[in-house]
Amino acid sequence: MSGGDGYGDRGNRDLSIANAGGMGEDSPVHEGGHAFVAPGGPFLIGEAMTGGYGRGADILHGCTIAVERGEIAVIVGPNGAGKSTAMKAVFGMLNLREGAVRLDGEDITGLSPQARVRKGMGFVPQTHNIFASMSVEENLEMGAFIRRDDFRDTMAQVYDLFPILKEKRRQAAGELSGGQRQQVAVGRALMTRPKVLMLDEPTAGVSPIVMDELFDRIIEVARTGLPVLMVEQNARQALAIADKGYVLVQGRNAHTGTGKGLLADDEVRRSFLGG
Amino acid sequence: MEILNALVALSNFVLIPAIAYGSQLALGALGVTLIYGILRFSNFAHGDTMAIGTMVTILATWGLQALGVSLGPLPTALLAIPVGIAGAALLVLGTDRLVYRFYREQKAKPVILVIVSMGVMFIYNGITRFIIGPDDQNFADGERFLITAREFKEMTGLKEGLALKTTQGITVITAVLVVALLFWFLNHTRTGKSMRAYSDNEDLALLSGINPERVVMVTWLIVAALATVAGTLYGLDKSFKPFTYFQLLLPVFASAVVGGIGSPLGAIAGGFVIAFSEVGITYAWKKVLVYLMPESLEPSGLVQLLSTDYKFAVSFVILIIVLLFRPTGLFRGQSI
Repeated sequence: MSGGDGYGDRGNRDLSIANAGGMGEDSPVHEGGHAFVAPGGPFLIGEAMTGGYGRGADILHGCTIAVERGEIAVIVGPNGAGKSTAMKAVFGMLNLREGAVRLDGEDITGLSPQARVRKGMGFVPQTHNIFASMSVEENLEMGAFIRRDDFRDTMAQVYDLFPILKEKRRQAAGELSGGQRQQVAVGRALMTRPKVLMLDEPTAGVSPIVMDELFDRIIEVARTGLPVLMVEQNARQALAIADKGYVLVQGRNAHTGTGKGLLADDEVRRSFLGG
Repeated sequence: MEILNALVALSNFVLIPAIAYGSQLALGALGVTLIYGILRFSNFAHGDTMAIGTMVTILATWGLQALGVSLGPLPTALLAIPVGIAGAALLVLGTDRLVYRFYREQKAKPVILVIVSMGVMFIYNGITRFIIGPDDQNFADGERFLITAREFKEMTGLKEGLALKTTQGITVITAVLVVALLFWFLNHTRTGKSMRAYSDNEDLALLSGINPERVVMVTWLIVAALATVAGTLYGLDKSFKPFTYFQLLLPVFASAVVGGIGSPLGAIAGGFVIAFSEVGITYAWKKVLVYLMPESLEPSGLVQLLSTDYKFAVSFVILIIVLLFRPTGLFRGQSI
């Protein structure tokens, strides 16, 4: 009975009875877990994480990623290295079999994603990272869902960061261009005023010009003191702005170092940066 | 005069009944469409949810009547509806806890939930018959007509009468209020928006701190209310019979699909499309045509396209046509 195996997906594409679009794919940590004090270490760390989706095979094998206060940490690696999975694992979107996630001196491994949002984590997934049928403004409101106070000033800050969104705030987010959608996605995550921001390939599928623009905005966000943990395809450009870099291969840490250090490393350059 | 008479006859036998019936279907289809949009499956137990909500309302109505409580010209059932809603809400929340949640946690594919809801349908079916029995129950009281055919004739001097039943008036007014309230809720409240967000993208809703179990609970509560109101209005207008409510599933589904399943606006439009087709095709048009046509051309037969026994065929045919030629429905559905 694991998600309809053995049915070959029959009938699920019949939209008159089944609505599989927008269905959750992750198997998040259940509600009701507790955090406990675990002092020391970096601001956010997923330590020695081992696990995969549902009951499937492990994708991560003792993988460790971390980010310090006020820094940018970048995860790079070949396709299928488990970069996105590692990000999801840190956010509790999948159950870890081994390892721990700690945030600001607390062990949060047992917390559900909603609870982690409340602890101050913000996450922009790689795909499906906006509410396409809702307006830009509603997307930002949903970002601020957990806030009961007046979030208009935060919204104004997001509009200052991404002026185009203010212009298009009544438009459905799904109608925007790729770059604008990514801005909505980042804006949504900023609405909680997170203590740490996690971005999964924020520049995927946008043109080079828009990409530079997005990188500038991300650096701007990081300069305000917000730690940023980011997965990036454009390894060279990303490592150049990173304080810390992680190279993942097949769910394991292959290389770790400062961004500049990794860029200078011969082996990393040969295997991942194309010489 | 002839044209006026034709118009009055048309209103009396087609327009007014179809508007009332369409409102009832629209409310039913809204429930189906909400479950489809948020829980992502077609709920085959919806007709029987309506039946149980109505049954509880009827039992409460009898209780009130026994106590001597009444609303004067309005049916006592209106007072009993909150009890019916509470009963239906308990039932669907209990079912969700016992049945649907299990499958949700397994990440079961929607089509499996469709089959599960069929099982739930049979259980509900049994519960209704077990408690109130399979027979017809008439629970409408108060004033029967707002305007009777005779009063109308005396008032206007026309040959044709126009009768407006109290229940028809109540149906339309209630439907408008409920729909307005629902749209306001979905578009302007924090909880309503979180439901739309969850419908759009479950994982991102989770990342925004929206609690999926709460969204599901609120959805069931709204669906229980919609089903009870729709069922009670239908029962007041016609009568309550468990089997009829089970059969209502077809026109209700047809309405939701015709309008574009998952789209609340579509559910309303679909409800009226189905109601007007059903009433229009099963109505004997002779009466109206006699007024409109010259004597030589007057029809000798009843000009009834289909016997009322086959009214369900109408929804079925419309359903098939829509699925063949415009599967997304009148309004593009799928996500609310």
